[in-house]
Amino acid sequence: MTDYALILISTILVNNIVLVKFLGLCPFMGVSRKLETAIGMGLATTFVLTLSSISSYLINEYLLAPLGIEFLRTISFIFVIAVVVQFTELVVHKTSPILYQVLGIFLPLITTNCAVLGVALLNVQQGHGFLESALYGFGAAIGFSMVLIIFAAMRERIAVADVPVAFQGAAIGLITAGLMSMAFMGFAGLVHV
Amino acid sequence: MLTAILAITLLALILGLVLGFAAIRFKVEGDPIADQIDKILPQTQCGQCSFAGCRPYAEAIAAGEVDINRCPPGGEATIHALADLLEVEFKPLDEECGVEKPKMLAVIDEDRCIGCTLCIQACPVDAILGAAKHMHTVIASECTGCELCLPPCPVDCIDMVETKPKPNTWRWPDPAHIDLKLGDQP
Repeated sequence: MTDYALILISTILVNNIVLVKFLGLCPFMGVSRKLETAIGMGLATTFVLTLSSISSYLINEYLLAPLGIEFLRTISFIFVIAVVVQFTELVVHKTSPILYQVLGIFLPLITTNCAVLGVALLNVQQGHGFLESALYGFGAAIGFSMVLIIFAAMRERIAVADVPVAFQGAAIGLITAGLMSMAFMGFAGLVHV
Repeated sequence: MLTAILAITLLALILGLVLGFAAIRFKVEGDPIADQIDKILPQTQCGQCSFAGCRPYAEAIAAGEVDINRCPPGGEATIHALADLLEVEFKPLDEECGVEKPKMLAVIDEDRCIGCTLCIQACPVDAILGAAKHMHTVIASECTGCELCLPPCPVDCIDMVETKPKPNTWRWPDPAHIDLKLGDQP
């Protein structure tokens, strides 16, 4: 039980997927201009990341490993992630038009999100079991959403601040992200997973 | 090697089947009757029916809010087709919307055009090409003849000409076939 709690804390705070592992930086910079879009992206990513880490675990464990074709891991994971994203989009469109409108374009965008593939591969690398994989994916997604929302809230304030010309736009965004990353280093050593 | 190829092919096949099944199982249906009405309407986007375009008019007809006789570009043929589709009585064209005219084409007199871009903004189908202080011209295959570009023009350089069907542009006069595909117009 403690193990599972530790995995969550580890992925959300200590080994945050964006600020410590530097995965998924494109949506982190791209959709963090407004708080609402950041929340939408966070929701969509949480959903997809959890599902895709489960399904990629299953593919790896029951298809790739028994046949001894682990070298095809990356391409099969990309397959699975793309299908999960498409499937999710179809289901959400049918079952909840409101959620579909909120998530909108972000859902298909997640297909090319490197955090999703990264988590699936890290799961294999670290030899996680079924529940561990699911929790690892879920935790990474929560960490991603949390950081994205915090960052979006900061950028909304930066947008109205008096930034020197040389630092305007993406530059100040990257500096802010760097400072956030340094702040998150404070969590290192909290747990060791 | 062979195992790998087979496994990946099989995986792709299964995933494709899952997606195909999901696409059918979770198909989202639009409003089919509004779609059918929209197909019958001539897609001039002229706004003579007092709606912003053909699609809003089609939705209003489907909702039963307006009569079917408010489309002058479509004329009697469109009203007949709508009456058949909706199983209602045929009504003559509503006079307050306008009168039925042969299909027209807007032509810009390029010597008089001052490049004000006002007609570009008015055109509902983006059939006018041009830039500020440069001569504009009408893409004939895109123009629906809706006349919406006439009032904004400050120098009255747009003329409506009747388009005569040529042997290679003639089509059956059934409005259900008036489908603004690129290139099938004079």
